[in-house]
Amino acid sequence: MKVSAVITLKKDVLDPQGKVIHETLDGMGFNSVNEVRQGKYFEIDVKENDPKKAKDLVESMCKKLLANLVIENYKIIETQ
Amino acid sequence: MKSSVITFPGSNCDRDMDVALSKFGFKNKMVWHNDQELPKSDLIVLPGGFSYGDYLRCGSMASKSKIMHSVINFAKSGGLVMGICNGFQILVESGLVPGVLLRNKYLQFICKNVHVKVDNEENSFFKNLDKKVLEFHIAHNEGNYFCTSDQLKEIEDNNQIAIYYCDKNGNTNDQTNPNGSIKNIAGIFNKEKNVLGMMPHPERMIDESLSGEDGSIFFKNLLNNIK
Amino acid sequence: MLVNEKIAIEHGLKSDEYKKICKLLKRTPNITELGIFSAMWNEHCSYKSSRIHLKKLPTKGKKVIQGPGENAGVIDIEDSDAIVFKIESHNHPSFIEPYQGAATGVGGIMRDVFTMGARPIANLNSIHFGSPQNKKTKNLLRGVVHGIGGYGNCMGVPTVGGQTSFDSSYNGNILVNAMTLGLVKKNKIFYSKAAGLNKPVIYVGSKTGRDGIHGASMASASFDDKIEEKKPTVQVGDPFTEKLLLEACLELMAGDSIIAIQDMGAAGLTSSSIEMASKGNLGIEIDLSKVPCRESNMTPYEIMLSESQERMLIILENGKEDLAKKIFDKWNLDFAVIGKTTNTKNIELFFDQKQVAKIPVNTLVENSPMYDRKWKKSKLPKKIKHDRSKLKNLKIKETLKKILSSPNICSKEWIWEQYDHTVMGDTIQKPGGDSGVIRIHGTDKAVAATVDSSATYCWAHPLTGGKQVVCETWRNLISVGAKPIAITNCLNFGSPEKEENMGEFVECVQGIGEACKYLEYPVVSGNVSFYNQTKEIGIKPTPAIGGVGLIKDYKKMITMNFKGTGNQILVIGKTEGHIDQSLFARVILNEKNGPPPEVNLFNEKNNGETLLNLIDKNYVKSAHDVSLGGIITAISKMCIKGNKGVELKIPKFLINEIEYFFAEDQGRYIIEVSLEDLKNVTKILDKNSVHYDEIGKIIDKDLIINQKTKVTIDELKSYNTNWLKEYMN
Repeated sequence: MKVSAVITLKKDVLDPQGKVIHETLDGMGFNSVNEVRQGKYFEIDVKENDPKKAKDLVESMCKKLLANLVIENYKIIETQ
Repeated sequence: MKSSVITFPGSNCDRDMDVALSKFGFKNKMVWHNDQELPKSDLIVLPGGFSYGDYLRCGSMASKSKIMHSVINFAKSGGLVMGICNGFQILVESGLVPGVLLRNKYLQFICKNVHVKVDNEENSFFKNLDKKVLEFHIAHNEGNYFCTSDQLKEIEDNNQIAIYYCDKNGNTNDQTNPNGSIKNIAGIFNKEKNVLGMMPHPERMIDESLSGEDGSIFFKNLLNNIK
Repeated sequence: MLVNEKIAIEHGLKSDEYKKICKLLKRTPNITELGIFSAMWNEHCSYKSSRIHLKKLPTKGKKVIQGPGENAGVIDIEDSDAIVFKIESHNHPSFIEPYQGAATGVGGIMRDVFTMGARPIANLNSIHFGSPQNKKTKNLLRGVVHGIGGYGNCMGVPTVGGQTSFDSSYNGNILVNAMTLGLVKKNKIFYSKAAGLNKPVIYVGSKTGRDGIHGASMASASFDDKIEEKKPTVQVGDPFTEKLLLEACLELMAGDSIIAIQDMGAAGLTSSSIEMASKGNLGIEIDLSKVPCRESNMTPYEIMLSESQERMLIILENGKEDLAKKIFDKWNLDFAVIGKTTNTKNIELFFDQKQVAKIPVNTLVENSPMYDRKWKKSKLPKKIKHDRSKLKNLKIKETLKKILSSPNICSKEWIWEQYDHTVMGDTIQKPGGDSGVIRIHGTDKAVAATVDSSATYCWAHPLTGGKQVVCETWRNLISVGAKPIAITNCLNFGSPEKEENMGEFVECVQGIGEACKYLEYPVVSGNVSFYNQTKEIGIKPTPAIGGVGLIKDYKKMITMNFKGTGNQILVIGKTEGHIDQSLFARVILNEKNGPPPEVNLFNEKNNGETLLNLIDKNYVKSAHDVSLGGIITAISKMCIKGNKGVELKIPKFLINEIEYFFAEDQGRYIIEVSLEDLKNVTKILDKNSVHYDEIGKIIDKDLIINQKTKVTIDELKSYNTNWLKEYMN
């Protein structure tokens, strides 16, 4: 079963990349942007058919490896 | 001969390039990324560094800056454009040369001397060069050249590969490939060979007290070719 | 929020410190004021435990333009040029988040240097990790190296030197000390002293977020089991913005608009504004509503204590605001007039038209606590009696292999190849030599810089250890042909509240002071980092010393690689065979006790100056100082670098070749001279009463000892270069 996770910087943590991307978009004429935050997206295919168990497994991966909990949050966004 | 070096926010080899070009007789001007027009030039250089912090993808945001419209027009009309390191990444992002530059295979920044083999002399950059193998210097995190197999075929058919990473005798193999580039590619031309993108920094090799002198050979020859 | 003693203690203040605050203010502080006091009075900003000892260090000299007390020290390198330099710790943040911790450490020290008007021209670092067997070590090392490179490379400043050590005492508390050198014209140095009334106070750089709130307090707290709770205070570095800030500041500095400038480092807006006011004996008024903020609803407390990176505070001449704003707009940086200087000698803060804090500046600075902490003197340990017959049975080749491949000796190429060390086009000696050497752009001059520490010696006997580290950096500079000028020190110690740790600090500082004084090699800047401990266990005392020297003609620079077959090899300085506390004792004999090698300052100075004289006369082809691992280690490295062999014969009067080759007696160098110069060289050495041994000559290949032991250069290389690469992969 495939589980997806999105890792983003915590709300109050500076996102230098997001900031510069925002400014560049603005310079290109995309003037209606309020904020850009950049993150990472993972698609993980696990050997597990129970959605709850699969989610738990990926959540544990996020906690232990995929996200740097000092500065990042994770969200399990979907399973299929 | 007149040259122009573009400074983007985050460029940091712009001064080094200015020093090198001036040392070998170019009349060089520094151009700000936000300018619209290029000064009259025989050569445009996009220098190394970390334009826009290398954020998103290296070179991606610099390729959208104002001055790049003029650089692209200049290149399309046959003007000589050279991108070094981050400048190469900007050329790739702006579509002036084919392919992409991925993160180094071993996921580390590499700063060291390497040898490169010159493959194509039918162009203004390497024509008449005495040496076939040059010792250059690299300093990058994203220099792993990649392109699709169709693209590679086209590049090879058009003789667009400029230089390969090799050992001091000119052998190219995995041991002499510092970053995982496809076919050991260190630099590449556009189809017309008036645009050159390469990872190595010749401007850091212009003095016997520095890492070496092969950069001097390159610049002297370049000036003679343009004259 | 009402403030009481409990809240004050949660801010890291002691009960009597809180009482002192109430007494000084003649009232209870509000929460913003308490935050300001806690930031200014903690160890990191106030130096309350170290001040009385640091005063004893020699800080003046003919070449000193600015000693400690400014953003960085400044030394004269002749003509119109000066070098600004400093070292600073970022230990605690780097343990919590190695990449960002190390990166922001590098960013912070570069800001300290360019705040003074200098363009950074070289970075160095001294990093200490736990035992390689500790499961955290590898990731911490990787993260720190990536962080240092990530920031320095992006800034376009070459990282030209450094030092990496492993020791189990850093298992729970690594050390990350970053050093930067900048170049400035003597008449264009900027200081942080405010002057003049009603001058605009300007905020420039990045926006203020909730990063690192109470970071300065964190730096003064030791790690315990609650370490997880301290995590959200780590700042994220943005080297791109710092590069823009550097260029913008230098552009503004080219004119005459700036009265004073100070970077916002530890304790952010609080310490920068207060230090500027204090130095100028003025007051300062700030409207916090005007501070550019990244997050919504930030409180005055948060704005004052935020440690967001890449920010500066500037006091401008009246009427220069528009000109300055234009420059910062060009570089796409925030710019805001947030206040003015006053004659009240108070710091007054406003937010939403209301006054939110009013504190006399002197209560925060001059009246900050100062402690003469109790400390314990250490005794010189007794010499260990080594079993000579056991030493005799050791095979040199096997022993050399173990020494050259030990983590603290092996080549650190894996690390420094990840740092851009050639950008700016003036690096004439790369990392891996005795010192990094950078040309002064467009001149014949060059500066040499090195950083070193010897925690094992300091742990065994702090007084000797303190002296030794200073001498080690002195030798590193001499070995490249540079005349040593001054040092910066980063004093990493355990808790000042423990007598043993405080004693280590006091005696190391004393040793540093004695050596600096004797060598006329003053301290011009530095930083103290206490509370480097986990639970109750402190690190080994680790003063890291950064030394800077001048080479007047860069063509006379010396490198360590052996140059010419047939050239003679001399050991300068006397070898007594001191084994205790040597790498040999630890790695081969597993012996951790005994005194460190004695430091004889007379010999140190005499040997060094005589060698400089020989270098000046062009007699020296290559040179390397003898330190960790002794003579044979030094020679092996010279063979590896030069791809040459040597044939060695040790002087007959010595009892044991193992002791001769691996002892760590001080004040020694290996030099290479040509056969024809040998007579002239020995004449000068004799004349100056410098002891020397003629121990052999350079040959084309292989290291050969007494015609018995033979090691090929390839073998030496593999011993020396493989360990770190294999460990990290």
